[in-house]
Amino acid sequence: MHYAPQPMHIPDGFLSILVSIVLWVITIIVVGYAIRRVGKDLGERQVPLMGVLAAAIFAGQMLNFTVAGGTSGHLMGAALATILLGPWAAIIVMTTVVGVQALIFQDGGLLVLGANIFNMGIIGVAVSYWVYRTFQRLTGGRKWGIFVGGFLAAWLSIVVAALAVGLQLAVSGISPANIAIPAMGGIHMLIGVGEGLITLGALAFLYAARRDLLHIGEAAPKGGAAVWIGGLVIAAILAIASPLASAFPDGLEWVAEQRGFLDTAQEPLYNIIPDYVFPGITNEAFATIVAGFVGVLIVFGVALGVAHLRRSRKA
Amino acid sequence: MHIHFLDPYQPRTSPIHALDSRVKLVLVLAYILTCALTPIGAWPVYILLLALIFSIELLSSLGIKFVHRRALLAIPFMLAAFPVIFTNGQTVLFSTHIGSWQLTAYAEGLERFISVALKSWLSVQAAIILASSTPFPELLQAMRAIRIPRLLVSLFGLMWRYLFVLVDEALRLMRARQARSGESGKPGARKGGSVAWRARIAGGMAGNLFLRAFERSDRIYMAMVARGYDGEIRALPMPPVSSPAWLALGGGGSLLLLLLLFGILFWG
Repeated sequence: MHYAPQPMHIPDGFLSILVSIVLWVITIIVVGYAIRRVGKDLGERQVPLMGVLAAAIFAGQMLNFTVAGGTSGHLMGAALATILLGPWAAIIVMTTVVGVQALIFQDGGLLVLGANIFNMGIIGVAVSYWVYRTFQRLTGGRKWGIFVGGFLAAWLSIVVAALAVGLQLAVSGISPANIAIPAMGGIHMLIGVGEGLITLGALAFLYAARRDLLHIGEAAPKGGAAVWIGGLVIAAILAIASPLASAFPDGLEWVAEQRGFLDTAQEPLYNIIPDYVFPGITNEAFATIVAGFVGVLIVFGVALGVAHLRRSRKA
Repeated sequence: MHIHFLDPYQPRTSPIHALDSRVKLVLVLAYILTCALTPIGAWPVYILLLALIFSIELLSSLGIKFVHRRALLAIPFMLAAFPVIFTNGQTVLFSTHIGSWQLTAYAEGLERFISVALKSWLSVQAAIILASSTPFPELLQAMRAIRIPRLLVSLFGLMWRYLFVLVDEALRLMRARQARSGESGKPGARKGGSVAWRARIAGGMAGNLFLRAFERSDRIYMAMVARGYDGEIRALPMPPVSSPAWLALGGGGSLLLLLLLFGILFWG
């Protein structure tokens, strides 16, 4: 058995500090509100229910099915959690899942954890809720509405979250908008089908076994409107902004370039190793290699010193 | 079959393992922040940060090899940053045609790509050391100490407690599927059913897992109530931070600050 990382978890180093901080602030506000809401709606039952369901989502992410050529479909679980628990509890459950994944399995970074919770927890849940709820209303809670709504909610939650990841990478100046956004979106339109099919299968099973669990919002009857609107707004903004950003990357590139200018505009105060080449050696390529070699020697010197100290203490 | 292998904690006796988990958590976050704030292309700072993290890997007796097997996780994401080589900068490295596409690689782009790759590689090593040298309950204590909401910390704890139980359950479901759907071990042999059918089966398993989790959470809740649970998760008061731990915090923190200032002054 393996623990399969998903391409949705951003590692540390890939987002600029500003983007990380902004998303942390949004995440803290939303999760903080969700904690208060759930405390009121579910009462003391919440802790075991949400803790065990978070573990179930983590375990559920191991369930896979082969597609073709060694690839397989996986579950992220935001849509399923939303349908079963209602939006606020689902946000907290996904926050727990993503947090433990980052802390324990290094699946996603710690500094960018706010962004990862925002993408998978908040965006994933809000979009799922918006789609599923809309279908429920339109079909009056009929069977096919549950299934079609569930499939689309799962699919769209993955795609929109992926667009958000692409946009964040582009704003951070890590990946150009006209590549990052279509690539992330395109790949996840396929991955999302896997998510949608598994969610559909799970809903079909639950419909047969425990129909009472499928009526979203019974655990949290009020206040869904805000999430519904939130999901609509997030989906709309990303659906409009991403193609715009990738078609006209100038705006984002302008931002990145401004920062790039700031990076390069200030001359270094001093040059110990001028232009990364070693003083006294005229051949530039050779000097670069020497500089790199000296660097590697420093690393190994320090590491060996520590190892030696440790061994002599043991002996 | 149990999934203890999921637990990254490696019991060893080392100063890193013995260090107060609160100090460790704060220092790891500071290290990752330092990596993030170090300017693009400040190679000497990256080398010093690498030397620092290698030393800690050796000091923790986890070993560099162990940490790097786990660090491979971050590699697939490098693909996302790869195109940056071809998009920004003035100094042209080389230029090729692929069909009607012209690809131009820039030195600045390459510098940016390598810096990002290094940053994420360094950060992931620090996170691995934290997870491998700290038992999870101590990590929970550290999270409580840095004022993460109590509800979230107790959810982390509960999730951790039942993670292994539910992963075991998922593995049992998968074993049952394997036993019943005639999957051939031969490479290239056709898998049973259509893709949609396989997805539906996997979905049924996910639904089953959720249902079992629901029912289990009911039983857990009742067990908790039977033992006096009233909605409040109580924990022992934390011991005060010892003076060697303060020293480690101060020393480590100022070293990281120094490295950061070095990077920003010379390359910022």
